[in-house]
Amino acid sequence: MEKLEFRFPAQPATPAAGAALCGVVGSGNLEILIRPGDEADACVVSVKTSARGFGRIWEAVIAEFAARHAAGGTRIAINDMGATPAVVSLRLGQALGEYTGGVQ
Amino acid sequence: MNAPVANKLALRRSYFEASARARVAAVLDAGSFHEFLPPEASEPSPHLAVLDIPGAFDDGVIVGSATLGGRPVLVIAQEGQFMGGAVGEIHGAKIVGLLRRAVEEKPAAVIFMADSGGVRLHEANAGLIAISEIMRAVLDTRAAGVPVIALVGGSCGAFGGMGIVSRLCSAIVMSEEGRLALSGPEVIETVAGVEEFDSKDRALVWRVTGGKHRYLTGDCSELVEDDAASFRDGAIALLARWHEPAPASSTLRAEQARLTERRQRFAGLRDGLDVWGALGVAEPRQIPMMDRDSLVALKKGLPA
Amino acid sequence: MNAPHPAGAWDTRRRGRLQRLERAAALGLARRVEAPRVGELLEAVIEPGDRVCLEGNNQKQADFLAETLADCSPERLHDLHMVQSVLALPSHVDLFERGIASKLDFSFSGPQGGRLARLVQDRQIEIGAIHTYLELFGRYFVDLTPNVCLIAAHAADAAGNLYTGPNTEDTPAIVEATAFKGGIVIAQVNELVDTLPRVDIPADWVDFYVVAPRPNYIEPLFTRDPAQITDVQVLMAMMALKGIYAEYGVKRLNHGIGFDTAAIELLLPTYATELGLKGKICTHWALNPHPTLIPAIESGCVESIHSFGSEVGMENYIAARSDVFFTGPDGSMRSNRAFSQTAGLYACDMFIGSTLQMDLAGNSSTATLGRITGFGGAPNMGSDPHGRRHASPAWLKAGREAGGPNAIRGRKLVVQMVETFREHMAPVFVEELDAWKLQESMGMELPPIMIYGDDVTHIVTEEGIANLLLCRTPEEREQAIRGVAGFTPVGMARDRQMVEELRQRGVIRRAEDLGIDSRRANRDLLAARSIKDLVRWSGGLYAPPARFRNW
Repeated sequence: MEKLEFRFPAQPATPAAGAALCGVVGSGNLEILIRPGDEADACVVSVKTSARGFGRIWEAVIAEFAARHAAGGTRIAINDMGATPAVVSLRLGQALGEYTGGVQ
Repeated sequence: MNAPVANKLALRRSYFEASARARVAAVLDAGSFHEFLPPEASEPSPHLAVLDIPGAFDDGVIVGSATLGGRPVLVIAQEGQFMGGAVGEIHGAKIVGLLRRAVEEKPAAVIFMADSGGVRLHEANAGLIAISEIMRAVLDTRAAGVPVIALVGGSCGAFGGMGIVSRLCSAIVMSEEGRLALSGPEVIETVAGVEEFDSKDRALVWRVTGGKHRYLTGDCSELVEDDAASFRDGAIALLARWHEPAPASSTLRAEQARLTERRQRFAGLRDGLDVWGALGVAEPRQIPMMDRDSLVALKKGLPA
Repeated sequence: MNAPHPAGAWDTRRRGRLQRLERAAALGLARRVEAPRVGELLEAVIEPGDRVCLEGNNQKQADFLAETLADCSPERLHDLHMVQSVLALPSHVDLFERGIASKLDFSFSGPQGGRLARLVQDRQIEIGAIHTYLELFGRYFVDLTPNVCLIAAHAADAAGNLYTGPNTEDTPAIVEATAFKGGIVIAQVNELVDTLPRVDIPADWVDFYVVAPRPNYIEPLFTRDPAQITDVQVLMAMMALKGIYAEYGVKRLNHGIGFDTAAIELLLPTYATELGLKGKICTHWALNPHPTLIPAIESGCVESIHSFGSEVGMENYIAARSDVFFTGPDGSMRSNRAFSQTAGLYACDMFIGSTLQMDLAGNSSTATLGRITGFGGAPNMGSDPHGRRHASPAWLKAGREAGGPNAIRGRKLVVQMVETFREHMAPVFVEELDAWKLQESMGMELPPIMIYGDDVTHIVTEEGIANLLLCRTPEEREQAIRGVAGFTPVGMARDRQMVEELRQRGVIRRAEDLGIDSRRANRDLLAARSIKDLVRWSGGLYAPPARFRNW
């Protein structure tokens, strides 16, 4: 298991829920928990992943997520069982969608 | 195919594939669920962290209160996709705590969405103890007059200790895709050899552990399609007609006698097909492709 | 033999053919040959150096004739030049290892790709060329006409008429080229019947037939279990439908085989219908009978399908849907690879398929080191036919995007759909295709590229859609590709500012640009989630092979 911590600037999110959970810690999948954070214009992410050695890709995926979405003011915790970058990006988007609400 | 049927197939939401959270949302009254110990208020299993395995915030089980068809229920939903739904220490403690709450609160029922291969071996004794505590708690809940309804239709079915727990419940609602047994197919093959049981023969696995087989042999009370809405309807229908009997040794003896007789009657049969034939099904090979309604009708017509 | 005409002789092939038939007759071999004597027949009618077409289709295999030929004496039969579309069976390669054949012209070798590469390195085989199906069929009628062909059919009658059944595939093209140029046609059949359901190949084109000891092998190549489609593939399918199918109004098309395209097929009755696209897209197909298309057919989304071959288990369903599929008066399907490939090349507005690697010019290849496999039909489907004249809205729109409003021709949409990483985190997007190293190690004249970059119009990944038609310079094209290459090294090396400009221009469109809510990218959107669902959709007519069943 590898533990990773990231912090990226991001436009502030407008939460509709106190917290949102998306995904499951299953093979090739991950769970993402979004809670309110302490900094309105930053997205703070902690990752626990079963796959070692992919820190650089995690950093890039999360940086891209923070750049593309209004995800500031959040604290995001991830438990991962070897999800691909495609799945990570998809679940991040889905979790943020739950957190900020809005019509599907 | 006529349009309404096609439409129904397209709109079905598979219970088998759904996550525990999606099942909770779809089976219970919309918006009624209140989670106890939600993910943001809990921590993953420390036992898994020691083994360097990422845990899940809810340790693979969701507990809470809700209404079902307007009646208050307490709810347990296991997440089969996390470590095969296996019961660890926190996981087990959440279930036991929920059942003890049911003894005190006396809701209309406990809805137990089982999806588990049994004990979480990583947590060894803690997991084994948890399973035995769940068994006792299920019986205590029933003894308090609260029915415990198991829903079995997830990808892990209900095996090992959870197979026993499911049968200790008041009644079981199952889909064809659900599986219920004690030893899992791989365990049987490992212990007794592939000649005894080929765990890769998926059709055989379903013929001896799947929902249709359990329905025909009377191990589950209600058979539903693999659709979250069907599980909801099945649970509501079961609850409407269910009266939790007071525990009595005469009931247990009668059940023991029924199972002994069944064991003798089907001794030596190797396959669900043989058992169905012995039950009086004229064309057992047709069973796997039958839809739920046809199978329910077929069972009604079988000799008692 | 293929020697030029001796002076004054203009019927050497015909006389050669008669000599071969006389040699067979001298052995007492009549039109119907008993299985144990087929080896004698082959040694009598085939001559060293002959061009032999052994019918190896995508699916149906003349397996008994292949094994019998491989068991012939290399003293009697040697230096054969095999011209066949697919090398699928071990016996196809045995021919070369045993010294019976020495030269090969083909299209696809699939599972035999590794053995084939070793034979090339050991100089036991000379490869003429790796073709597309249409090229190879074309050359059967130009300079690769077989002296003898060994084909497979379902049944024969006593006269030697053949019924090829739903898997007609390559048979008509092979037989026509052989029978009308002084060649010998030998067929293996599964059974001899009094009356055929229909005649696919007339008896006077067939010289010999044999009832094989066991039915010919058919590979179920086109069945994809919906249970294996992922949420990411659902997302990509949503983007493709909204960003390409709807955008261009693609009605006539071909799908490559794979889980990506299966996801699209399974969204036609749900997501696409919800978008109001029923009847506006995907009505006419050149396609094998994919089981995953059943829900779309049942929902009335599909009007017509012509097929290259059939698919195991789809026979009864096809027969019961004759408005959609091409069927004979007997009810069963008539497929034809040559015609369907032509349809896919010229009559379709779009091809969408997948690949293992793509470079920065958009060239893609499924070739991997140590294997020579070829590509079968994909290069024909996935190319813009410059000779096309008839217009359609999709073809015109694509042409005008590329060449401006005054473009004098349209463009076929050639779409590559891939996840940026394959299994084991292998990146699909690469600086250089393995194909180049393969060319070098195998001494090939050309690198084995499946679809040329200049034919590719769109790339769909989980990161979005790149529309290469709108790129005006090679640099833009490169950045458009990098811009959807995600977190692969190629994607990470993108010029962020240029990618953002391309996005502003609509060259790159991400899911959110297309108005797609990623929360809906869920397997629940699939019209069928298992093989059993497909059986239910078909009303029990689809009978999947055992390996796809769990009941």
